[in-house]
Amino acid sequence: MTSFFQTLGMTHEWAWFTATIAGILLIALPLMLAVAMIIYVDRKIWAAMALRRGPNVVGPFGLLQSFADGLKVFLQETIIPSAANKVLFLIAPIITFTVALMAWAVIPFNSGAVLADINVGLLYVLAVSSLGVYGVVIAGWASNSKYPFFSAMRAAAQMISYEVSIGFILICVVLWAGSFNLNAIVMAQKDHVWLINGFVANPLLFPLWVMFLISGMAETARAPFDLTEAESELVAGYQTEYSSMAFALYWLGEYANVLLMCALNATLFFGGWLPPLDIPVLYLVPGWLWLFAKIFFFFFIFSWVKATVPRYRYDQLMRLGWKIFLPVSLLFVVLVSGWLMATHHFCDADQTLYPDPDHYGRIVNNGVCP
Amino acid sequence: MIQVLAFYLFATLVIASAVFVIMSRNPVHSVLWLIVAFFNAAGLMVLVGAEFIAMLLVIVYVGAVAVLFLFVVMMLDIDFAELRAGFIRNFPLGIAIALVLVAELVLGIGAERAGALKLGTPDGTAAPLMDRSNIEAIGALLYSRYLFLFESAGIILLVAMIGAIVLTHRERSDTRRQNISKQVKRRPDEATINVKPEVGKGVQL
Repeated sequence: MTSFFQTLGMTHEWAWFTATIAGILLIALPLMLAVAMIIYVDRKIWAAMALRRGPNVVGPFGLLQSFADGLKVFLQETIIPSAANKVLFLIAPIITFTVALMAWAVIPFNSGAVLADINVGLLYVLAVSSLGVYGVVIAGWASNSKYPFFSAMRAAAQMISYEVSIGFILICVVLWAGSFNLNAIVMAQKDHVWLINGFVANPLLFPLWVMFLISGMAETARAPFDLTEAESELVAGYQTEYSSMAFALYWLGEYANVLLMCALNATLFFGGWLPPLDIPVLYLVPGWLWLFAKIFFFFFIFSWVKATVPRYRYDQLMRLGWKIFLPVSLLFVVLVSGWLMATHHFCDADQTLYPDPDHYGRIVNNGVCP
Repeated sequence: MIQVLAFYLFATLVIASAVFVIMSRNPVHSVLWLIVAFFNAAGLMVLVGAEFIAMLLVIVYVGAVAVLFLFVVMMLDIDFAELRAGFIRNFPLGIAIALVLVAELVLGIGAERAGALKLGTPDGTAAPLMDRSNIEAIGALLYSRYLFLFESAGIILLVAMIGAIVLTHRERSDTRRQNISKQVKRRPDEATINVKPEVGKGVQL
């Protein structure tokens, strides 16, 4: 896109700047629309599983329900509790919402169709997703009210706990792909096992995907791990004191985070924008369509779980994260890296695995590669 | 142009937020300003091309350390009057530390002006710019030349972690603990019996 703006007579720097701004808008605006629709889809799936009809009044099949809700919320009065810390109280939902949008910068939508094609893409996702907790913690503290504060404490502990095992799972994926760049990770999954595009078909990585899916639900505080907003214990959790647009920002941010988790599942384990099978005919369908289909599939799983699984108790949540996922994912780091070493995974691709630090550009063969 | 603008933006914000860390009356605000400072420092790292360090700074300091800071500071019950009373008493010590830091800065810059140390390859030439990414370059160094230092740092951290757990762990005998595998193993025929009591008689369990 940079070259297009350069033809309009801009210097390279400003053309890049304009192109980046345009790219951000191209991702953020459709994402907001997608969030509005996915909230509707969530409610419809949830209703169908409970043998109800779900939203069906506003617009055809109730499609415009989310927009009606948005308008209603927009017209409400913003109430700020008098004992609240006003600045932080208003900044908190903005942080949640912004952070939820930020991570989308490195998700590849097609071959080369990515806003920021950086080498440390996956680390960036980890970094940004670890910021999400601030929106919740600051809201809980700034509300100056006990239930939001309890909720903030829970959220902080929960998100940190599950980030640890998510980190180990991502390390395994990175080891196999040999790169932190998300596009490179997608390409590494091409024809991975018997024509299947995706690490999920790999017996060593499949258990990691299952753990990643569950950790993703815990990380986004989605049911059955929605203890931060457990209504029977904490009123509405950290959002208790919020109303109007501030509340809507939490709502949007939460669903944008869920969509991001679905996109990460699709990108890291199901081949991202690649078709499911490595058959030439399937490549006629544009890559972003495959990615969207996969995101939707994972969102259906998230909804399904929300509608069917009862909420965890808090100590069970902590037990699952620290006593089961952490040791198992650590074991898999050892297994995956051991397997890759034993099979000389990187040796035939290129010999740059062990560069000589004393002489840049020279490769040492330290006996690992035959 | 954009690089220069970005540099001055990040640099100003780092210094300003560092000042606010000290100036804030409320410790929670201090921690939040500290987070802003970390974040902008990460921005500066990206500007000089050290994207791996930048991401680690955000993941480790902003994502984990600062959250725990915030966690602790939020739950503290702080008497602000007492804090300000201590300020006068500790003022000379603070000045002394500030002077030491300034002296170190002056010494460092002076030494650099007088002829900086030559860093680089053993034969004295500067290390060539690497055409590979940060992560590969750091990994190549850490896992070859500095392997034993790196591993011993890891072991020290592991020992510290185990030490912290051993020191704070306490076994309580008076609590009822849940044994999930025992619960899952339980089958209906162990837990329930089907009886047909006669009228007027209870059930013997």
